[in-house]
Parts: sequence; structure tokens; C-alpha cells
Amino acid sequence: MSISTIGTAPLLGTLPDGYRVRDEVVPARAPWSAVVLADQLLSIVDLGGNQAVDFLVYSAQDPSERYCAQATIAAQRSLFLTTGSVLLSAEGNPLMTVVADDCGRHDTIGGACSKESNTLRYGYHTRHQHACVENFLAEGARWGLGKRDLVSNVNWYMNVPVDEDGTLGIVDGISRRGLTVTLRADRDALVLISNCPQINNPCNGFDPTPIRVVITAAPGDT
Amino acid sequence: MTLSSTSHTATTTGARDHARAQAGTIAESMPVLPATSYQRVPPGVDEETMTWAETIAAGGYSSKVVARGSTLRLTDLHGDACAHVLLYNADQPWERLNVADTVKVPWQAYLGPGHPMLSDQGRVLATIVADTAGSHDALCGCGTPAARARRHGDGSPHGLTPAARALFLLAAAKHDLGPRDLGPSVSFFKGVHVEDDGRLRFIGAAGGPGAYVELRAELPLTVLVVNAPHPLDQRSDYSCSTLEVLAWRGEATRPGELLWSSTPELERALLNTADYLTARGIE
Repeated sequence: MSISTIGTAPLLGTLPDGYRVRDEVVPARAPWSAVVLADQLLSIVDLGGNQAVDFLVYSAQDPSERYCAQATIAAQRSLFLTTGSVLLSAEGNPLMTVVADDCGRHDTIGGACSKESNTLRYGYHTRHQHACVENFLAEGARWGLGKRDLVSNVNWYMNVPVDEDGTLGIVDGISRRGLTVTLRADRDALVLISNCPQINNPCNGFDPTPIRVVITAAPGDT
Repeated sequence: MTLSSTSHTATTTGARDHARAQAGTIAESMPVLPATSYQRVPPGVDEETMTWAETIAAGGYSSKVVARGSTLRLTDLHGDACAHVLLYNADQPWERLNVADTVKVPWQAYLGPGHPMLSDQGRVLATIVADTAGSHDALCGCGTPAARARRHGDGSPHGLTPAARALFLLAAAKHDLGPRDLGPSVSFFKGVHVEDDGRLRFIGAAGGPGAYVELRAELPLTVLVVNAPHPLDQRSDYSCSTLEVLAWRGEATRPGELLWSSTPELERALLNTADYLTARGIE
């Protein structure tokens, strides 16, 4: 997958000061991964607006310790992620912390789209469409991760309200072009991203677009 | 301990007699074998079809492989149990409960009758076919060892206040599964409500003593059950009462049943399940 910084799109975003270790555009529908070292900052910029970014994070030292959506939302007693939210592992240890957020809230319960679940949600004609689980499997394999390592993920910029009676669903987004979320790594963290290819619901405005990912060195490091 | 000639267990035969004399003791938390001999078989259930009868006290766990078509009934005997459950396709445990799909695909965050427990393969592991409790949770999971240790000073499985996660690790290990196999879980008998702004309000139990929920196995299942306080339960003690786990043989959901076509999503999930079983040659 080609990743470039060519074009004007990378100029968008609310980015922290400091040396940029990486500054890349992830094409629409593509996966991405990196180890973000402790105290480094990872920024994800919604370049096109209303682009869901599926996200998993693991302890780089021991990937069997990984993001746990349920531990995270139980600890903060809220479904939505925003500034101050701490992404916890199932053991209860912080992996990353949201330190800046232009959007306001992000999803923890919607999980990743898959070819298999697409058949339930939309019908068998979607069985061969690309999906986030494909991206997670392909990108995870580069780090020795497999299917057992996939758990409920974060969906940055995705809007999933829960009604009074429990009805929930992916509805039109509240993000827009250039909005940025920035996380601090609380330990060396392996991050997997799927720039969501879903075209059957509004999570990407029915038009998957590129995102920008920037890793900024820890304060004091150059 | 001092050795004494008057001790009943100073010799191998004495120790053997002592050991054998213990059988038949009734404990609060124990399996009953054979399950067909259980004294509290639910009305309408043929006792000869019983395959699992066990009580699990607070801080306990159990597990079993059950056949497709089995009914698994969890009963909150005294009104304060919290049954954390994980499900796997027994034939290929890499296929497991996917809690995100379980709430997203049916467009419903709260578990209740007719709700499918979906795997990551677009198939139904189990369907909820009865529920007299009305208060369950698929959002908060089982809590972390760190939080349990902060609350009680200890979350280790050998202590008095074991973390549910630590118990799941042991239950999983009995099936040669490890930490990577422990995904998000669901909790029965303790409910959580999502407020307008996304905040979570703990409801707790709603069904009272004797409330039960029944899951119908749509695939051969490895079932892991832990009975431990819900992570949002703020009571300072390790408040949790005994859970009863029963299972009996029966039929999986078939085409023509109301449940089969109750929603288009569930119908396709059951079709996917039937497709898999047919190709594998499983009835």
C-alpha cells in the first residue's frame, strides 16, 4: 500500500508541537500500523470528513495485553471517548490517553465491519466487499498477530447513539474535514488502524476518504 | 502438624478411608452428577435430558462443552448473582462471541428474549429464548484485576475477592485457551442503562430470587461462566450470591419457527450457521 505525503491534504489537522517521527496519509480503505513509543503522541486527522477510523492498540512488549473496550468504558462510566479518556487493557492498565480531541466523541461499541457480518447487516451481495477485519488481519499479521488478537475496537469519528430503549446504530457523523484526535502512548504501544472501507452505512459518509496519521516525539526528544 | 499414632490419617488405609468418607457432602457450590439426578429440574424439562447441573458461589467459575440444540439455563437463585459468560464454537474456538456484532447487528444494546449471541463469523452461537430477569449487560464486561485489587486489596483467583478476569483465565485454560482468547464478555442479572450523553447508569438486578435466562446453543459450544460482582457495582463488599447453571438436550432453532425469521439479520445469521453445519456434515 502506498503511503505518501504528496498533496495538500496533509496540511490539515490540529497537530501538537514537536518533532514529527512519522507523518503519513493512509489512503481510503487501507490499513496502517506502527509502534508508538511511550510518551510519543499519535494524531489522527479526518481529512475528508466523517471518516470512521477503526483502531486497536496492544502493549508492544506483550501483545496479549490489549485494548479492552469494556474495561475502558466501565472505568470512565461512559460509552464515548474524548479528551481525558484512558484506553485500558483487560488487565486494567493504561495503554494510551486521549489528550486532544476536536470532534467531541468517538465510538467504543460498534466494533469493526467484516465480510461475514456484512451479510447479516446488508445481505449476501456485500460478502465480497472489503472490510475492516480484513485490514486488521492483514496488518496484524505483519506483527505476528492473528484472528485471536482481534477484539472490540475504537471507532474514531464514528457516531453510534444508543436510544432510551436500547436501539443503537451507526448514524450520520458529527466529524468534518480537518478534525483531529491526539493520543499519548502510556507505554510502548502497537497501534493497528483500518481506514474503514464500509459503503453500506453512513460511517464514512458513503464515501471512504484518506486520513493523516502523525507521530510526534515526546516533549524534549528530537 | 504432629504425627500421632492416634490420627485417623497416619496410614495410607486410614487416609483412604478418611478421603472416601467425605463423599456425599452437600456444598453451596458444587456440580451434581449425573445431572439427571438433580433435585431441582425445571418443570416441563425431561430429567433424562439433563446434561449440566451445578451451583457456582460468588467468586466461582465453571465451564462445559454442550451440544448444539442444548438449552443453557442460568438462574439467579438468591437475587444477587452476576453471571459473566463467554461462548466459543467448540469445534474451532478461534470463532467466539463477538459482543460488538451482538449489539450492532440486532440494532439493540440490551440483551433480552430473541437476542442472538453472534460470533465473529456472522453466525449464531446461541439465542436467548427465555428471560425472567430483564436486566443484563453487554457493555461493561467483567471488570479488571487492577480495579478489583483497588476495591478489595486483592483480585487474585486464590483470594476471597477474585477478579472475574482471573477466573475466566482459569476457565479458559481448562480448554487450552489463553489470554488472547478472552474477548469481551456479557453479564447476566446485572443491568446497565445508557443515558442520553453516553454515561452509564448501573441498574443492578431486576428479576429477584429465582430469575433465569435461557440460551439455546445453535452451535456446539464451549461455555465459560464466572459468578462475580459487576464492574459498576459500587457496593464495598464482594456482593454476589449463588448462581445455578443447568443444561439439557434439545433442538436448535429451525426454519419455520417464529424466532428463525423474527428479524432479517437473525434469519441470515441462522442461515449462515446452517450453511456452515451443512457443509461440515453436522446435523
